[in-house]
Amino acid sequence: MTEMVTILLAAILTNNFVLVQFLGICPFLGVSKKLDSAFGMSCAVIFVMLLATAATWPIQQLLDNFGLGYMQTIVFILVIASLVQLVEIALKKYIPALHKSLGVFLPLITTNCAVLGVCVMNIDEAYGFGQSMINSLGAGLGFMLAMIIFAGVRQRTENNNYLQCFKGIPATLIAASIVSLSFMGFSGVIEGIFG
Amino acid sequence: MENKGGKMSIFLKGLIKENPVLVLVLGTCPTLATTSSAINGAGMGLATTVVLIFANIFIAALKNIIPDKVRIPCYIVVIATFVTIVQYMLKAFIPALDKSLGLYIPLIVVNCIILGRAEAFASKNSVVDSALDGAGMGLGFTGALFVMGAIRELLGAGTLLGFELTTNLIEPMAIMKLAPGGFFVFGCLIALVNKLTDGKASANAASGCMGCPGSSFCGHVGACVDGCADEFITVKAEEIKEAIAEAKPETETAEGGAL
Repeated sequence: MTEMVTILLAAILTNNFVLVQFLGICPFLGVSKKLDSAFGMSCAVIFVMLLATAATWPIQQLLDNFGLGYMQTIVFILVIASLVQLVEIALKKYIPALHKSLGVFLPLITTNCAVLGVCVMNIDEAYGFGQSMINSLGAGLGFMLAMIIFAGVRQRTENNNYLQCFKGIPATLIAASIVSLSFMGFSGVIEGIFG
Repeated sequence: MENKGGKMSIFLKGLIKENPVLVLVLGTCPTLATTSSAINGAGMGLATTVVLIFANIFIAALKNIIPDKVRIPCYIVVIATFVTIVQYMLKAFIPALDKSLGLYIPLIVVNCIILGRAEAFASKNSVVDSALDGAGMGLGFTGALFVMGAIRELLGAGTLLGFELTTNLIEPMAIMKLAPGGFFVFGCLIALVNKLTDGKASANAASGCMGCPGSSFCGHVGACVDGCADEFITVKAEEIKEAIAEAKPETETAEGGAL
């Protein structure tokens, strides 16, 4: 149990996907202007991460069984991409309410590096199925935390007056740098609690 | 894409005018993650360049065979194949680099630049032009990563390519090698490019979005560049609303029947 909590907290705080590991930067910079779309996007990311892990972990076992471990990258990206398309179609047909809130974001994250990243990471770390799911959940929650904090920060930086050449992406990146700095405060926290 | 300037301009535009990282702001994840030292940055850049060149050549050669409707999955398979080859080559011949890049090598597959070039250039041009375009874009990417890695390494550890330069003169700022330093240096570099080009570069960035992965695969204008995603979300949300409004009469009668 302690191990699960450690994995979860480490994925959310100390190894935050966006701010520490630089995965999923595109949506982090692109969709963090408004709080509600940041929230919707993060929900979709959590959903897809869990789904992708549940699909790719058993597939990896299958690949290993047949000695096809080298097919990992090709198989994973195809499985994730088709899975997201399939889920979008299924949601549209059967759960229109959920499709209404997540559907917008699903196509945006099909080839998101955070989703492929978490699947590959679970295999690299040799996590079991339960641990993999927890790690993916933590990664998704960490993404959500970063997005929501950053949406707040951005609303303040947008209207400020700074040098012309810093307008837009550069200012956003420097704001991200400061948010990332605050996340460094978490390093060692997990070891402090459970170590 | 003007071809009049000849082969040389195809190659050169990726280096400076349409630099994928500093001007088009594509492939941000590897740019930030692998530039903790100049060697790592250059290694990542070269690995991506190899994939970019071969993927462009193959896609340009196969462009008449690949059916239009399934072209993106086909491109992804081609790209993923070369990524796998590069990954295992690195494991075999440069294990140290493979270790320090780790997770980010398989993630070359989802690098916006590669799918973007396949879609925007290789699917419409000849094999030779596509190879040149891939080489130019790849070297532009490598150059940007190398510069950024060099700055971070110099400030963060006082070394350059492993040689001690300022270690004993100035206390190295370790923060530059960590995550916040990555965001900071990248932000400053883009601002510098904006300044040098008088803001023309950032005006181009919006059009870079069109060459981005996404356009067709994620449905619309990509999420890569500032702002585009918001527009995409508004458009898509309206589409969904309309679809629901159209479907409503049917579901209402179905619910009525159930009640």
